[in-house]
Formats: sequence, structure tokens, C-alpha cells
Amino acid sequence: MGIFEAILLTVITAATPLVLAAIGELVTERSGVLNLGVEGMMVMGAACAFIATQQTGSPYIGILAGIASGALFSLLFGFLTLTLVANQVATGLALTILGLGVSGMIGESYVGQSGIKLPQIVFPILSDIPFLGPLLFRQDLIFYLSIALVAGVHWFLFRSRAGLKLRSVGDSHSSAHALGINVIRTRYLAVMFGGACAGLAGAQLSLVYTPQWAENMSAGRGWIALALVVFASWRPWRIVAGGYLFGAVSISQLYAQAFGIGIPSQFLSALPYLATIVVLILISHNRRMTLINTPAALGKAFVPDR
Amino acid sequence: MSAEGEPANSPLLAVSQLTKLFGTFAACDGINLDIRPGEIHALLGENGAGKSTLVKMLFGVLAPTSGEIIWQGQAVRINSPSTARKLGIGMVFQHFSLFEALTVAENIALSMDPGVSLSRIAKEASDLSHAYGLPLDPNAHVADLSVGERQRIEIVRALLQNPKLIILDEPTSVLTPQEADRLFETLNKLKAEGRSVLYISHRLEEVQRICDRATVLRHGKVTGACDPRQETPSSLARMMVGSDVAHVSAEGTSAKGAVKLEARHLSASARTPFAVSLKNICLKVHAGEVLAIAGVAGNGQGELFDALSGEYPVANDDVILIADKPVGTRGITARRLMGAGFVPEERHGHAAVSALSLSDNLVLARSQSDRRAFLGGGVLGLIRQGAVKSATKRISEAMDVRKSGENPPAGSLSGGNLQKFIVGRELDRQPTVLIVNQPTWGVDAGAASRIRQALVDLAKSGSAVLVISQDLDEIFEVATEIAVISEGRLSDIYPASDLSREKIGLLMGGMYGKTQSAETTHAH
Amino acid sequence: MRIELEKRPDVSKLFSLLSPFIALGLTLVFGGIMFMLLGKDPLSALYSFFIEPLTETWSLHELAIKAAPLILIAVGLSVCYRSNNWNIGAEGQFIMGAIAGSILPVVFYEWQSPLVLPLMMLLGMMGGALFAAIPAFLKAHLNTNEILTSLMLVYVAQLFLDWLVRGPWRNPGGMNFPETRTFDATAILPEMIASGRAHWGFGFAILAAILIWFMMRYTLKGFEITVLGQSERAGRFAGFSSRKMIWFSMLLSGALAGLAGIAEVSGAIQQLRPVISPGYGFTAIIVAFLGRLNPLGIVVAGLVLALTYLGGEAVQVSLQISDKPIRVFQGLLLFFVLSCDTLIHYKIRMMWFDLTDTTADGVR
Repeated sequence: MGIFEAILLTVITAATPLVLAAIGELVTERSGVLNLGVEGMMVMGAACAFIATQQTGSPYIGILAGIASGALFSLLFGFLTLTLVANQVATGLALTILGLGVSGMIGESYVGQSGIKLPQIVFPILSDIPFLGPLLFRQDLIFYLSIALVAGVHWFLFRSRAGLKLRSVGDSHSSAHALGINVIRTRYLAVMFGGACAGLAGAQLSLVYTPQWAENMSAGRGWIALALVVFASWRPWRIVAGGYLFGAVSISQLYAQAFGIGIPSQFLSALPYLATIVVLILISHNRRMTLINTPAALGKAFVPDR
Repeated sequence: MSAEGEPANSPLLAVSQLTKLFGTFAACDGINLDIRPGEIHALLGENGAGKSTLVKMLFGVLAPTSGEIIWQGQAVRINSPSTARKLGIGMVFQHFSLFEALTVAENIALSMDPGVSLSRIAKEASDLSHAYGLPLDPNAHVADLSVGERQRIEIVRALLQNPKLIILDEPTSVLTPQEADRLFETLNKLKAEGRSVLYISHRLEEVQRICDRATVLRHGKVTGACDPRQETPSSLARMMVGSDVAHVSAEGTSAKGAVKLEARHLSASARTPFAVSLKNICLKVHAGEVLAIAGVAGNGQGELFDALSGEYPVANDDVILIADKPVGTRGITARRLMGAGFVPEERHGHAAVSALSLSDNLVLARSQSDRRAFLGGGVLGLIRQGAVKSATKRISEAMDVRKSGENPPAGSLSGGNLQKFIVGRELDRQPTVLIVNQPTWGVDAGAASRIRQALVDLAKSGSAVLVISQDLDEIFEVATEIAVISEGRLSDIYPASDLSREKIGLLMGGMYGKTQSAETTHAH
Repeated sequence: MRIELEKRPDVSKLFSLLSPFIALGLTLVFGGIMFMLLGKDPLSALYSFFIEPLTETWSLHELAIKAAPLILIAVGLSVCYRSNNWNIGAEGQFIMGAIAGSILPVVFYEWQSPLVLPLMMLLGMMGGALFAAIPAFLKAHLNTNEILTSLMLVYVAQLFLDWLVRGPWRNPGGMNFPETRTFDATAILPEMIASGRAHWGFGFAILAAILIWFMMRYTLKGFEITVLGQSERAGRFAGFSSRKMIWFSMLLSGALAGLAGIAEVSGAIQQLRPVISPGYGFTAIIVAFLGRLNPLGIVVAGLVLALTYLGGEAVQVSLQISDKPIRVFQGLLLFFVLSCDTLIHYKIRMMWFDLTDTTADGVR
């Protein structure tokens, strides 16, 4: 394997959790709900996936645990913002704070344990394609899922009737309500999908990226995923492009450190965060684009009159 | 009530003792109503009479508190719009239930059977719209369509369900007179096919023109059922309002004074993708004049208000003048200090903050113009609550604002009372220029006539008044001069007595260029 | 079961007062359950978490020390949140304030003068304000979402501090530990009263709370903040500028967070280390909401949250468990505060039976 391939492999590993969390949040936001708790759901997913894997010895059960914990955790957010119409921004922050706290508590005795890495699934023949084979067809389940989810979300949003309903709820909840679409149920489902994806992203962190558990191991990736959704202007395939760009940035700092470039490591570590800011500036600078693509009801509470 | 048997005489839809309570407030109180097959039935009533609540119950958006709905002889419970659609009820909302980010076909698909493909829906919609003379491009995005075209989507969406009953809520309020005529033709076509139409309106002329029977609502109760053709507009109005509404008197209008407000070739580009740009607008309002700007919603009225009020200043100073002083780049505060007052269209969240008290909402508009009375403490800028509250009381009394308590939140007032306060807030300081956007939109008849009279009186006392309105009745009541706005362009200004509804209608429909070349040689 | 909300005609005064207490009560109940699951006696755990720290003078001083940054930051955030500017990067502004204020005692350590301390405080405020100016500028002029930018800058600030104390600012006589030289006595914020450690940071916090409370309650500026937070459009109609408000609220909250940072470093830690805050900037968000965005309420809320830090330390000793439950407590508290706020604007009705359940064809 050449060095270039090796680098690309690490980029893919770094990008996958971003893509997963962002594609989930994209669906949530398309339904008009802004869930800032991605970081919290992600870190919960990481903790639960790791614990379940350690307990059962099966990383696949770990994946399920990650997904389930993310979805359940997002339900808490849904209950507050959809049923009790609490402020979405504040509730998202609460979810993040609670997620970091709970995951730290339940994962405490697992810190430092060496985990089980999710095995690769090798596609025969395809994996023998030079260069592309090892990159795309000698990967773990979560990578395949991330690509399948993006394709699935794209199909769902723009080809299926249920996806059309979801978009309509995000565009104008009062119109959707008047047409008889169940706004609250649609949003609950979208929020839970977002939670499940964030949980899966967390599972990737503790089962693939670094197969162990450490407190706060999501390290701001949930927030970067939120920025990615804006960057992608709510279009699924652009999430992949953005996710891999960010993956590359965060990997480049590791290589820069390894090659001993004379820049302090802290500055290199700050790169992904600074890159996020730069990207947000570039995207939001085009106000017209942002306005057209943003789901019109994003962040607005809906209370039907009865 | 026997079913199946004799559909010819039995009503298509009968409503008995239908009641809807919001808390303790009865929005609909024991409503009885029946609609026969193949008739156009009018539902008349003022804003707040309960018309919208009633039709929302018929369409399954709201659940009745008590009472019965009988459809073709059978008691039914309509608990969702899809149930209503399955029964054969179609609905055209007043505030369209459309999605700007979606295409016409997608909008229609949302109320169709999920099994039907989008391309088939597009095809059917296109065919149907042409058959009824309502041409539509199924692939267009709603955001790019005019209000009239948007209404067509609603109608086509309802017709695609092949309904037996179509409910239209205030359909002509957003149409030009010519567009309204076309709509009436469509309705007559539907009637000829044996479908029934429930036509909701507060416009008496059109009800008399196209409706076979009418039911009148007031304060949530049925106050009359009649054949509108046997009634006079004033007898219908009495049933609606409960008493005679004071006529706005424009008697004794003073002679024209100096120009107080002027726009010279005012242009402004659209701020958002869905906004209209203003193109080369010229207008003059003299002291003692009421210039009314007519136009269908979404033709640049809001943008014109924004530019004239200074909420969004424009690039050049000398395109807007207040009392001969250029103010184009100045903000709203500077313009207020020069004696101008402003009443925006949207009451909640623009003219007033719903959660704040009336006195706070007074400070909202007058913190700078009445700085010396309302503020103290020098740089600290302490608000003198005593002075503000007594001014609030003065305004409420002058405009007969009915409210619960001394200083309630603005959100607790009815639309009419809040609007009276918002207009009174400006009148109280005797502005030399007053710019009002949609002065009586969604306001009850009593409050509307009071507000219109106040505008006329202000002009009589020597101020210049600019009224932007979609309501032609209102325009003819208050205006001394009339202009029409269409796609961000303003027509020439005509004396009110020189214009008929038809001519305004032509100007509204974007006939601007033609009329200008054909009919106006005196301008510029 | 279904839950339905019915909008109250007026805001409920009763629940405006009660809701933080209901939230607190619910947090205690759930906290007790949590301790039970951890295998501890819930009552004695809650006692050592919430009561014990209040029984001794020295721990009351510790309470004031921990409450000071929380109150200072939260008071600033309340202005941001009331005006609809979502600064969640106070942690970063806290750190940058601490760094800026430490320039004097770390770089110019030889200069000893009564002026040092006031200048440090001023520099701290400037540092925090300047760091908050970044998201302010990006939001006001480039329309960039301030939530994400302010949060990203927290990580940048943490890394910057880490670099400073391991690199250029490391104490030359400090055995290579990642920390700066300890501050000279003239650069240390003195105690407020003789009985304990509590320094003037707490005084700053109370003063800031009173001043901001006065501004919100009586002045046109406070009115402007409220109006712009409720409706940007109405604010524009009133002649207020939401762009200027972005600058005002972000700089104010940044300055207060910066002051909190330098006061904490100067008063409590007395040198810079890689980590100088147990997440004050984030906990202050909870404080701001628990105090219902009212500066006086925030003083009380700041003391309550400070208690969770102390209690967390106390149970570590008395129950042999880690400090992890602190964050859980804080997260739970914010959740309950947000849920209970619903009671202020809505009546909540539980529907045990779904009365409007439908028959398939809508015909009875």
C-alpha cells in the first residue's frame, strides 16, 4: 500500500463520523428542527457502543447500542422542543451538556480498556481493484452504512412521498398542518433519525477511529457536523464532499506533526476548528444561496390550535 | 334523516348546532347551516365572526366541541383533512397552505394519494387547469408565482380530488377585479357540473352577484339566512355587523397645500430572493391629500413602505423627500423627527411586540420623537413610566381602544383594537406626513370605519397621508388621489374621482406601460 | 397518553416564580435516583452534595469563589440571549480574558505597582471582549451563525492557552511543569472579608448583576435589548439596529467573561495552567436559564450551580465516587428548567384517552 493510499484511508476514517452525524442532522433540519445536541448524542453513542461491545464481545451489538442510545437520547430533545415547545437552541445545548455528563459517568470504569475494533468486510474481486479496492471495498460496516445512508437520504428526500412531506413540514408547518400532515409526528421521526445517525457516528469513534473509550472523545465533531449541514446547504451529497474535506484537514495536522514541521502542535490541532469557521464564513457570505436553501421553518416552534 | 333515498332534495351537507370553544370563548356557537347540491352558498360575516373556524371544522383541521355534521344524510366525524377529502370536500384557504420551496406539482402531490406518481400528477394538474381556464406550469416553484397563480394551485389541488363541495375562503381578496371575474366563471362552471360551492366573503357585491343563498354569521352565531339577490347591500351589512356602520365622511376636504412627501425615481433592489424590487417610483403627496396606492398583494407594497419609512434606507439621499428635505439615506428615527409617522402592515412583531404592554409599545414608536417627555436621566436614558402610561391612556381613550385592564400586553387585544392603538399612537403626535400600509387588514367594520375616518380627518387638518391598501372599497372611501402599484412599478397618480374599479383593475394587472402611453399625456 | 398545550391568555406570574424551584426539585429527585443506581444511599448522598458544603465558613467562601465566574458570565449571557444572540463561547472568552490579564504578571513580572491589578482587570475585559468580537463581526457583517463560530473558538482558546503555558510563558524555574510563574502579591486579587479565601471576584459579580438588572429594568437600552430579542422587525421599526445590538451584547458578555477569567486566575489560581476552568463558560449557560435571564435571579442560580461543583467534590471524599455526577446534575437541571418554563406560557393537559381517535372512513 502506498503512502498516498494510507493517507486517504485515514481521511476516510476521520470523515465517516462527520458524514454520519451531518446526514442525520440534515434530515432533522429539513423537517424544521434545529438540534444543537449532536455532540451530546454522538458522545452517548460512543460510550454506549463501547460498553455494549465490551460486555458482549460483539462490536455489531455495539453498533446497535450506539444507534439506539443516540435515538433514545434525541427523544428527550424531541419531547422538550416538540411536545413542550421549549427553546430549541437552549435544549440542544442541554442535550450536549447532559450527554457529556452521562457518558462520562457510565463510561468511567471503561477508560483505558483496549476495545475491539470493528472488523473489515472485504468484497471479493472488487477489493482487488488497484488503489480504489482497498479504499472503498476493504472497509468496515459503518463506512458502507455512511455511504448508503447518504444515498438513501437523497432518494428519500427527493424521490419519495414521505420525504416530500418531511420537506413540506420544514418549509411551512402551518400549511402542512392545514393539509392534514402530522407535523409533530414527522418531526419526532426526523429528530430520532438524526439521533440514531449521531449515535452511529459515535459508535464509529469508539469502535473504528480509536477503539477505546475516553471522556469527551467526540472532541467537537458534533459541532463540526452541524457546520457541515450549513456548508452542504441542506443537500445530502454535499455532506460527503464537506465531510471528506474536513476529514482531510484534521488528518493533515497529524501528518504535519509527524513530519515535524516547525509549527506548534496546538496550532495544528486548532486547524479543524478554524477551518470550520472559514467555511461558515464562505458559505454564509452568499446570503441569497443561504436564504433559498435554508428550510423556512427551521428552529420555529409549532403549536397547533385545537 | 334517511340516507340513500332522495338525494335531489336533501342537502349535500348539513350542520346542526355546531360549536367550537377555545377555552371559554365560543368561536362558533350552535351553528346551523345546509348546503344543497349544485348551489353556490355564501357564508357572510365580519373578521372574527367565526367563518374560518367553521370551515376549518368542516375540513377537519379543527375538532368541534359539540354538534353534528351530516354529509349526504349521514352523520360524520371529520377529524382530518384527508377524511374531508375522501368524503368529497375540497378547500381553498385564504392564507394559502402552499410551500414556497416546492414546485407546483409537489405542492399538489402532498394532498394526493401517495400511489400516484409525480409526473402523472403534473400531467393531470396541467390538463385540469387548462380545462377550467386556470393555466399553471406544474414545474414552477411556488416562490416565483404571483398571488393569483398561487390561488390557482389551491383551486386545482382541490379540483383534482373531484370534490362534491368546494370551500373557498375569501378568494377574491388577493385578486384584481379581472382575475375575480375569471374566478366567478370557473365557479359557475363547477356549479353547472352539479358541484356545490361554499363561498366565504365579506364583499357584498360579489355575493349578490354569484351566490344562490347566504348564511350570515356574527359573533359565532347565525344571524340570518337569505337569498342575497333579494337583499340590499345595506340590509346584508346590517345582518353582518348588527348595526349600521358609520360612513366615512370626506366632506370639507381642504385644498391642496405644499408637497410634504415625495419620491423621485425611487428604485431599490430586492433584499431577499422572494422580495420585489422597486422600479423608478415617482410620487408626490401634498398637505391635505390622501394618496392611496392600490395593488394586489406582493407587488412591492411592503418594499415601498420599507423605503419610505426608512426602515431600509436607500442609496441616494435625494430620491425621497420629506417636507422638501432629502432623506433617502436617513433612518426611520430621523424621518420621525422630521414629523413623519408610520403604520406598517403587520401588527404583531412589526408595528407592535405582542408580549410587551401597550405602554411599552408606545415607547417602541416614539422613544426618540418624544424623547423629552418619555426619557429622563440624561445619558442613562431612563424611561419615564408615568408619562408613558398617561400618554397610553390618552391614546386609548381618543381611539376608543377596548382592552382588559389598564396596560395589557399588545397580544391580548383584538386585531381591531390593537390597530386602533397603533394608528392612534401616530395620530397622537399630529404627524405632518403619515404613511400607512394596509390600515384595516383583518379589522372589524367598526374599527375600520373609525380608522379610515381618522386618516381622512388627519389630511383635512393639513397633513399629507399615504395609504397603501389592497381593499378597493377602502381606497374609494379615503382617497383624494389614487395610484396603482404593480410588480414594483407605480402608475401615474389620478384624482380619485377619475378612476373606476375597472380601470384600477387594468392598472393592477400590469397594464402599466399601455395605459401610460395610451392615456396619460399630461404626466411628467 | 397525549400531552396537549393550551396557550395562557397572559403569562403566568405564579409559574414565572415557581418554575426554577420545580426544576430544582425534579433534579433532586432524579439525582437521588441516580445515586441509588450507583449503589449509594440517596438521602445521605444528596445531603453531602447539597447541604454539607453550606455548613462551614471555609466552604461558604469556596462557594463564593465558584459562584463569582458563573454569575459574571451568566449576567453577560443573559443580555445576549435576551437580544437573541446565541453566544455559547463564553468559555473561550473566559480563557482569553485570563490570558490577556496575565500579560502583566507573567511577562512584565518585575513591574510592581498598585496599578497592576486594575490594569489586569481591564486587560482581562478587553481580552474577552476582543475574542467575542470575532463571532460578533462575523454575525453582524458576514451573516455567519454565531452559535457555531463562538463554540469553535472555545477549542482555539483552549489550545492557545495550552501552547502558552507549555511554550513561551512556561515558568523558567518551574521544573518543566506546564504552568506560568506564580503571580506577584501585587497581582493577586485580595480577599473580600477576613474570614476566608473569597476574593473580590464575587464583589464584581454582584456589582455586574445589579448594574445589568438596572439597565434591563429602567433604561431605554434595556428596552432595546428586549424588543430586538422579541422581534428584529419591530426593533427596526423602533429605529433600533440589530447589528449594533450584536456588537453590544457580544462585547458586553465577552468583557464580563474575560473579567471572570482574570479574576479567577488572579484571585484563586494565581498562575496560568493548561486548564483554568472546570467548564464555567458552559455551566454559566445553565445559570443564565435557571435565573430566567434575570440578573438578580442569576445571582441565586449562580450560587446553586456553584454548590453542585462543591457538592461534587464533597461526595468524592465522602462517598468514594468520582466527580462525574456534577455534569449530569447540571445537564438535568437545565433540562428541567427548560421544561418547566413551558408552564409559564401554557397550560398542560394530559389526555389519557385519545378522544379524537378516528374510524377509518370517518363515518360513524
